[in-house]
Amino acid sequence: MSKAFVSLLPKTFRDWFKSRGWKPREHQLELLAKAKAGRSVLLVAPTGAGKTLAGFLPSLAELAERGPSRGTAKDKRGIHTLYISPLKALATDIARNLEAPVQEMGLPIRIETRTGDTPSHKRARQIERPPDILLTTPEQLALLLAHREATDFFKDLRRVVLDELHSLVTSKRGDLLSLGLARLMSLAPQATAVGLSATVREPDDLRRYLVPQRASSTFPLKGEVAPEAREGVGSATSEAETLPPHPGSLTRSDPPPQGEGEEWGPTNLADLVVVKGGAQPDIRMLELDERLPLAGHTASLSMPVIYDLIKDHKTTLVFVNTRLQAEYTFQELWKLNDDGLAIALHHGSLDVAQRRRVEEAMAEGKLKAVVCTATLDLGIDWGDVDLVVNVGAPKGASRIMQRIGRSNHRMDEPSQAYLVPANRFEILECRAALDAVHEAAQDTPDARIGALDVLCQHILGMACADPFKLEDLYEEIRSAAPYADLTWEDYEACVAFVATGGYALRAYERFAKIVKGNDGLWRVRDGKIAQQYRLNVGTIVESTMIKVRLGKASRSRPGTVLPRGRILGEIEEYFAETLTPGDTFLFAGEVLRFEGIAEDEVLVTRAASGTDPMIPSYEGGKFPLSTFLAARVREILADPFEWDRLPPQMTEWLLQQRRRSIVPGARDLLVETFPRGNRFYMTCFPFEGRLAHQTLGMLLTRRMERAKLKPLGFVANDYGIAVYTSGDIAALAMRDPGFLDELFSEDMLGDDLEDWLAESALMKRTFRQCAVIAGLIERKFPGEKKTGRQVTISTDLVYDVLRKHEPDHVLLRAARADAATGLLDVKRLGMMLERIRGRIIHKPLDRVSPLSVSVMLEIGRERVYSDNADEILAEAEAALLDEALA
Amino acid sequence: MTALRKNKETTHEIELAGQLALLDLSGGMYLPAHDALLVADLHFEKGSSFARRGMMLPPYDTRETLSALSDVVSRFNPRVVIALGDSFHDIGGPERLGDEERSTLTNAQAGRDWIWVTGNHDRILPDSIGGQVVEEMNLGSLTLRHEPESGAQTEIAGHLHPVGKVVMRGRATRRRCFLTDGNRCVMPALGAYAGGLNACDAAFKPLFPKGFTAHLIGTERIFAIAKSMLCRD
Repeated sequence: MSKAFVSLLPKTFRDWFKSRGWKPREHQLELLAKAKAGRSVLLVAPTGAGKTLAGFLPSLAELAERGPSRGTAKDKRGIHTLYISPLKALATDIARNLEAPVQEMGLPIRIETRTGDTPSHKRARQIERPPDILLTTPEQLALLLAHREATDFFKDLRRVVLDELHSLVTSKRGDLLSLGLARLMSLAPQATAVGLSATVREPDDLRRYLVPQRASSTFPLKGEVAPEAREGVGSATSEAETLPPHPGSLTRSDPPPQGEGEEWGPTNLADLVVVKGGAQPDIRMLELDERLPLAGHTASLSMPVIYDLIKDHKTTLVFVNTRLQAEYTFQELWKLNDDGLAIALHHGSLDVAQRRRVEEAMAEGKLKAVVCTATLDLGIDWGDVDLVVNVGAPKGASRIMQRIGRSNHRMDEPSQAYLVPANRFEILECRAALDAVHEAAQDTPDARIGALDVLCQHILGMACADPFKLEDLYEEIRSAAPYADLTWEDYEACVAFVATGGYALRAYERFAKIVKGNDGLWRVRDGKIAQQYRLNVGTIVESTMIKVRLGKASRSRPGTVLPRGRILGEIEEYFAETLTPGDTFLFAGEVLRFEGIAEDEVLVTRAASGTDPMIPSYEGGKFPLSTFLAARVREILADPFEWDRLPPQMTEWLLQQRRRSIVPGARDLLVETFPRGNRFYMTCFPFEGRLAHQTLGMLLTRRMERAKLKPLGFVANDYGIAVYTSGDIAALAMRDPGFLDELFSEDMLGDDLEDWLAESALMKRTFRQCAVIAGLIERKFPGEKKTGRQVTISTDLVYDVLRKHEPDHVLLRAARADAATGLLDVKRLGMMLERIRGRIIHKPLDRVSPLSVSVMLEIGRERVYSDNADEILAEAEAALLDEALA
Repeated sequence: MTALRKNKETTHEIELAGQLALLDLSGGMYLPAHDALLVADLHFEKGSSFARRGMMLPPYDTRETLSALSDVVSRFNPRVVIALGDSFHDIGGPERLGDEERSTLTNAQAGRDWIWVTGNHDRILPDSIGGQVVEEMNLGSLTLRHEPESGAQTEIAGHLHPVGKVVMRGRATRRRCFLTDGNRCVMPALGAYAGGLNACDAAFKPLFPKGFTAHLIGTERIFAIAKSMLCRD
């Protein structure tokens, strides 16, 4: 088979491979064959498999044969290949890597990048004289597609390469990209898509994403070789001899497969090529003789061992889950760093220039270790990493496998990795993750349903490009997999939103942004609106970040801090909002003292050495424990035979729990109640992740308020929650045996949720993001000064008004859809409530149980959640009275 | 009985320039000595003002503001209502006012005096909106104007849209508020889309050299908060 494939490679290329002492890999040749057959394909391969070259090889071969464009007005060619990556750094990196073979083979191919950093004269020239290969990001693609010249620019497009597709499709950026892809396929029906991905649970989701979906049975076919006629349930092992003899020709559609259990119908799938992973990873849990704490995420006890591992390896990546953990780990390692090892820090909040320095030093092999967060999860080439250490909870099986894949870029050698639990619950999670890795089980998220706010943005962009017919754009949008099930009603609501806001009170007809002409086509009103679109494109709402600047104490006015120092990076605005002057926290590798906010910057000073940070807050909510790992953790917990596989300290702890209380079954929810001090406590362990637990806590306290239990507050972590009250919960549960079932009943997701959403700060933040993406309000740019209260508009106020007057408005629906999976994780909470229905086991205790200690320890370390303004105000007012009486 | 939820305490008494003033949960202020109701920064038609520039905010802000206004007017049923400027978000606002909103306003004005103090957003106001238009006025010893003037002794003004932010044990809330030192009061904005300026902002400093108490508008009542308890944004 290989031989037949090799013949597809032009001689220049074969010679080049030979000259380097390389052999083209099988999947690289297979992709070449797929390209010749005019088929879209998903390539699933582990890191180090030469994925990128595989993606580009067909384009390079075709371009080598095509020869250079004369560049005259008559012979103006559009781009041949478009490459999309989630990171502009990755696009730049890949462009550099591509230049090498192109130059070595002397190929007449022009490769350029287009990112936010590309100067405007270069952008203009790219439109004027399109390169052969363009490397860019989803946002830049959206801008290009909204360009007046888009049709010419893309008309000759043959291939779209989507890198790190598994990471792109899980977010709104993926929605935006899918819509862009749909437009590309309309502009260039001859083009095919290649997706490059790590291993995922449902490759079919990605295969659907890559090819136009048949939106309805009446979908118009655009001639014989229309893309929608080229679907086909491809297989990884398609035989070379079934390929058409003439390179470059297009195949007709494959017949539907017979009786293969594949559903033939509205879904089209790209072909699939899978590269099997190399050697089994050599991955272990770091076991210590010392006892791990019951809570906390710092893994301080493990630092000396991690340090020794770094010393013994060439280059180590130390992954952590949050920025704050990164800061802590970095600091602890440097305290131990008597050997002066080059250990660096890398996370998304650091200043860009600093991050680039670390990345460069890493690529040059100058670093011994990098402590990093998810920002380094993506596939930039990091040189010779021979060890990955993951500190803290793994969170997900696929996630941990992708991280481990960062080690050892040679596929045939096993990757080396350590999982380092920071507390006893994380031992369970690490155990579950190790089992999953061993079985190669995947838990990547489900395919997304396209967000409506993103759709609004796209519709305006399409109006900027060319006037459109309502029905045509609908069909095109539904060819994008995330929007395949979009209803006409939702589509119309989005178009109406773009035009006039889409309100029942039709007050803004005369200000409409897009208007329907006499020819029945919708077009953008004027250039100003198009400009507005260009400034607001994208789905990443950056304004939630705020810069951190080092201040200097004023000499003339003691006690005053001047914003004269350098920028250290940025932190989340909502985090800054809860800081009070004098609070200390870890950032950029040091302990900083919060001085205040000035001119949209957080002003900090260096805390005296030896200061412990006061705000230990673990903003770990971004990645909740995957449902898959959560289920496994519950199973391990429930099965005493499994306990043998755990470290002895863990087994001992579980035995104590069994003696003092109960160890719950895998599907049960154990609710423990006990008095402590003059309060009453209720704890439970659903294992659904911090976000779902926060929502649960908010709703439980509302219901307990109604039951007159006088809840005082609650804390939540990834595993469980503790609620504390002045009323005796156990006594009430004894009197009324149905009380706990009622308390945890699914109907809390009805009125209680609605009531809470009205005032929830998290919901308002979610709404704000939708409002920005949909183009209701203009994006704030980082660094842009506030222009005064009269011209800015608070989306919180808009939310209040809209919720009251038009609760079913499309933007509110978009925000609710986000809340279901985002910051409020309502969907997961709903699944949990359903799972535990009738399976609540109440255990009244005299005192706290071993299991509950872990979440009780969060009290005082973690924020207490409440959106009840009056409670907070009453407390502040009381403070005034105390002051007056003192 | 005690377990029942307490009723809203809609008003909150303070002393201002030697006379009683009732601060209302709506953001208005009632002066019993003059049977006068004061409101500030209504910013009617802010939504449509943004829509003209391509930002299609929900067009219900005027309705929402008017409903709060009508409610407080009917509760106090005062002899005179005084709007302290920026009643309309821009000069074209009165013209864009919808029919329904216009009649709600007319109803609120019926049977009483109505005075529009002009502001920087609405320097010119047409006769069609009813009532009387003034640049500033006196009510007993009090001067009423849109923009507070540092140095002025006893004054009630708007313009700055004060809000107070309180953080208690990691929980934060940001609410509209009245700021007063006993002689001067800066009123909160009543407009549904009127944003706020943090009371810790430098703009308030020259107005209250000796500090102030902030009366923050909660959900159920108004809370008196010391300046030292307020945080910057």
